[in-house]
Amino acid sequence: MAGLQYVLKRLALMVPTFILVMIIIFLLVRLLQGDPAIAIAGDKASDADLAAIREKLGLNDPLLVQFWLFFTNTLQGDLGRSIMMRTSVSSVILERLPTTGFLALFAVTLSLFIAGPLAFVAALNRGKWPDTVIRTVFQVGLSMPVFYIGLILLTFLAAQLRWFPVGGSGDGFFGQLYFLFLPSMTVALYTSAIIMRNLRTSIIEVLDAEYVQFARAKGLPTRLILGRHVLRNALISTITLLGLSIGNLMSGTLVTETVFAVPGLGRLMLEAIFARDYPLIQGLTLTFAVLVSIVFLLTDLFQSLLDPRMRLT
Amino acid sequence: MTDSTVTTVKASKVAPSRLQLALRKPGFMIGVIIIGFSTLLAVFPSFFAPYDPNFIDYLAVRQAPSWAHPFGTDMLGRDALSRVIHAYSVNMQMAVLATVFALTIGVVVGALVGYYRGVADMIFGRVVDAIITFPFLVLVIAVVAVLGPGLINMYIAITVVGWVYYARLMRAEVIAQMGNDYASAGIVMGYSDRRIIFRHLLPNAITPVIVYWMTDMALAILLGSSLGYLGLGAQPPQAEWGVLISEGRNFITTAWWLSLMPGIAIVITGLGFSLIGDGLADLLRPRG
Repeated sequence: MAGLQYVLKRLALMVPTFILVMIIIFLLVRLLQGDPAIAIAGDKASDADLAAIREKLGLNDPLLVQFWLFFTNTLQGDLGRSIMMRTSVSSVILERLPTTGFLALFAVTLSLFIAGPLAFVAALNRGKWPDTVIRTVFQVGLSMPVFYIGLILLTFLAAQLRWFPVGGSGDGFFGQLYFLFLPSMTVALYTSAIIMRNLRTSIIEVLDAEYVQFARAKGLPTRLILGRHVLRNALISTITLLGLSIGNLMSGTLVTETVFAVPGLGRLMLEAIFARDYPLIQGLTLTFAVLVSIVFLLTDLFQSLLDPRMRLT
Repeated sequence: MTDSTVTTVKASKVAPSRLQLALRKPGFMIGVIIIGFSTLLAVFPSFFAPYDPNFIDYLAVRQAPSWAHPFGTDMLGRDALSRVIHAYSVNMQMAVLATVFALTIGVVVGALVGYYRGVADMIFGRVVDAIITFPFLVLVIAVVAVLGPGLINMYIAITVVGWVYYARLMRAEVIAQMGNDYASAGIVMGYSDRRIIFRHLLPNAITPVIVYWMTDMALAILLGSSLGYLGLGAQPPQAEWGVLISEGRNFITTAWWLSLMPGIAIVITGLGFSLIGDGLADLLRPRG
């Protein structure tokens, strides 16, 4: 089975990458932060307290031993204890994860609904005014920082018109849908600008392809050509692009969560930074990396499923 | 009227240079004008700003835009226009300092691993994979968290993460250039590796990197102002667009202009760099 072989090969490649990811996080926190014992116990802790904490965390061991401890603990899901929250890092992260996940998925859905139709209109009117207008608007959108888009929506739709709440995450599915609409829209306006450009180009490419010209010459109705060939191909490239922009999406989510006071992972990350909560920063950074690599993996698998040519490379 | 038509006809007889071609594109020209003017504002802010950006006037707090204060005044009575203008120095500096070191490191590393391949290239591949596994902002914020907030640390953080993107681009381009006859000729003629890499491959391979640099400068301003807004970049009372927007946020319903204006400055400057980037991409594309 070529497919299974591909999946296994892809998974095997993730192992060295992930070990390196762990090394980066470990070095980042251990080598640069100074003494973690002081960070945990505070400036006023006695020397005896500090020594006890150092012993407990294994800070007196050689660096390699410390890394091994960090590595094995992490694999077992033990990310240490948060200084700020006074509970285990993994439980804090698991508690906040669904909100960020909801926000990200909602944003992706919205951005497909925004970018999809507009890319079609632009591509079918290539060089004419609708194309120019759509491209110009998205070009301006790409030059706007996410927090600025968020602030504009927050000011006009939430604070002035009072159509939406100014913060929080809501309860239940519909509550979340309502509370997270503006934050998701903020992220979506940003990601749709990335998607639109690519989608337009890929639609134009397919429209110019010989097999589409042939289908036209054969007299197939335009609707059928668009549905069968153009949409299908454009969808593959869009989902691939969305998958590869997961890092951008996460960065956008992080900023948006702070603007709208959404209790998700991004806002937690900033709180952790201002509280100098290193175990939490470490755990969150790792969580983001895991999320991104899962999406990268799914994107790859999806692509190889729909486009058999990808499996050969 | 007739004079100008005559000159255009004359000029078109000679093949136009690339620069002439570029200058005919309105987008590229607008980009050059925007960035040119932004640079002027960044270098001589005091010449353009009507007031001292740090002059506090408690008798003129949060005034609406007027002839005396076109962008209004902030919560300490400082002139908002002067603060936006003085922020040009910081934000244009970001576009350069947050990218130029990443560019240099990336170009050298990318050219070396692309030329020598082997074990170094394999390790490089893993490092790239690992770094792009982190969302850009998350890793930058994590590095800033460890080093402490501030502009210098922000530049270090962006460089530590950003060089990878340049190196990846440069490596691919050097490998593509290696397939050309001139590279093989250089090797056959016994030129030193250094001469082949830096005198022959690099000038040919650098075009896409330069185009990416323009986009990256726009991104650096977006990223820098985001960090400023989050409190991790430039620190108040320094005038920086992200910081200004963040300061105005608390008065957004009553004094919305405080946050609106710096944002417009970000958008215009970002647009300027993108337009130059697009124009350069057309300009530097091999003709044939």
